[in-house]
Amino acid sequence: MNQQKPMIELRQIRKSYGSHEVLKGIDLVVPRGKIVSIIGPSGSGKSTLLRSINMLEETSSGEIWLDGQQVNRPLKGRVFEKHINHIRQEMGMVFQQFNLFPHLTVLQNIMIGPMRLKGLTKTAARDRANALLAKVGLADKGQAYPARLSGGQKQRVAIARALAMQPKVMLFDEATSALDPELVEEVNQVMKQLVSEHMTMLIVTHEMRFAAEVSDHVLFMDGGVVVEQGDPRQILSNPIEERTRVFLRKHLSN
Amino acid sequence: MDFQLMGQILPFMAEASLLTVSLTVYSLVIGLFVAMIVAMGRFSSVKPIRWVATAYVSIMRGTPLLVQLFIIFFGGPQFGLDLKPFSAGVLTMGLNIGAYMSEGIKGSIIAVDKGQTEASRSLGFGRFDTMRLFIFPQAAALMIRSLGVNTVILAKSTALVSTIGVVELTYSAQRFVTSTYKPFEVFAVAGAAYIVIVGAILLTVRGLEHLFDAHRKAAA
Ligand SMILES: Nc1ncnc2c1ncn2[C@@H]1O[C@H](COP(=O)(O)OP(=O)(O)OP(=O)(O)O)[C@@H](O)[C@H]1O
Ligand SMILES: [Mg+2]
Repeated sequence: MNQQKPMIELRQIRKSYGSHEVLKGIDLVVPRGKIVSIIGPSGSGKSTLLRSINMLEETSSGEIWLDGQQVNRPLKGRVFEKHINHIRQEMGMVFQQFNLFPHLTVLQNIMIGPMRLKGLTKTAARDRANALLAKVGLADKGQAYPARLSGGQKQRVAIARALAMQPKVMLFDEATSALDPELVEEVNQVMKQLVSEHMTMLIVTHEMRFAAEVSDHVLFMDGGVVVEQGDPRQILSNPIEERTRVFLRKHLSN
Repeated sequence: MDFQLMGQILPFMAEASLLTVSLTVYSLVIGLFVAMIVAMGRFSSVKPIRWVATAYVSIMRGTPLLVQLFIIFFGGPQFGLDLKPFSAGVLTMGLNIGAYMSEGIKGSIIAVDKGQTEASRSLGFGRFDTMRLFIFPQAAALMIRSLGVNTVILAKSTALVSTIGVVELTYSAQRFVTSTYKPFEVFAVAGAAYIVIVGAILLTVRGLEHLFDAHRKAAA
């Protein structure tokens, strides 16, 4: 839409559960075609922040922008629903627990969004789904039900499902945390392929090495604030803040 | 025990049980319809709709079915609702069992993993599509059992309709008692007929469960 506008921009995002403030004024920019990763200890608010971007969580204040459109416009009722459903189509989201639809085959999982929401014909949706399955290395699994797949395969299908909507940006919330260690790499490979295709991505991860390898920019969050951010090599090998050092010492030694 | 009498009234009781079965079936259809709407109402984003749905369930479950039947059959005409006994019975039982069934439906919907809703919404599906395409189909497998239990309760409670003059199983039995003075034999036959009906319902439920299991096995 607008080359100067960042793909995602958050301004002073705040979010509370009751009296517990879990996001305390977060600013974040994801430029077009760039990879931004968020690291930080458990409970620091990483998932909440990611889920706020497509409004799976409602924020208390602040602004959320996607490619020059405000996501959290002050709309009500049906008008808001229509707006947010449209916005969500432009952001792909990948969950830690995959969340594939168990009553649908792999192909149906991928086809249903484009068919129902983007008006693709069945043939067009199937072609798109098959192409994406080939891309994530699962060309032969189209007819399988999710229960038949390994965790790594499920997550790759989930990525294909999100990509089928041709989103402008992909949000990953610990995409490999629920996987057995030997299955992590196949999912990372798919994510790296997206990086090479210049997909804009915002990645919440606890894999420091992966973050260092793929990211253009890393944020360290703790206690609902961004403690430190910058170039991945600098943040991960030579952080300035004491809290970042403590966190990394714990994590890199494991 | 007069086995001969039992044999003699059996064909008549079998015929009367057909009426019991049709009372059950018609009420079930209304009940499922009501249950669906009430369950939807309980998940509505509009607060007053949720209140109405909740109040409906509380009232239907908090008052005796017999009182509800009398209100509709005897009280209805005061408001222009002048129903035949059979229709009044079907309507009352449908409205009543619908309230119970809506609870089972609600429970099964809640039991579906929240991640399913999030996945659907994050793709851009609206609330209604999410329910229709992803949540309800998964909840359906879970709700069969509770719907089955309620259908059994429904079949047995059709006996109450005898009080407003529908000659179903229980009323036929009462008539045979006045002519034969053998209440034990007569009601034993009636009881056996109810067991056959209930058995048929349970078999159907089991069949449906197998069907869904087969689907899930194919899926697994
Ligand atoms: N639905 C909720 N109700 C109340 N508190 C919540 C809710 N969801 C999250 N929280 C709290 O918000 C804080 C941030 O949670 P969040 O899940 O965003 O952390 P996280 O950084 O993603 O952690 P993790 O690394 O464990 O995934 C935590 O203190 C958590 O307990
Ligand atoms: Mg998290």
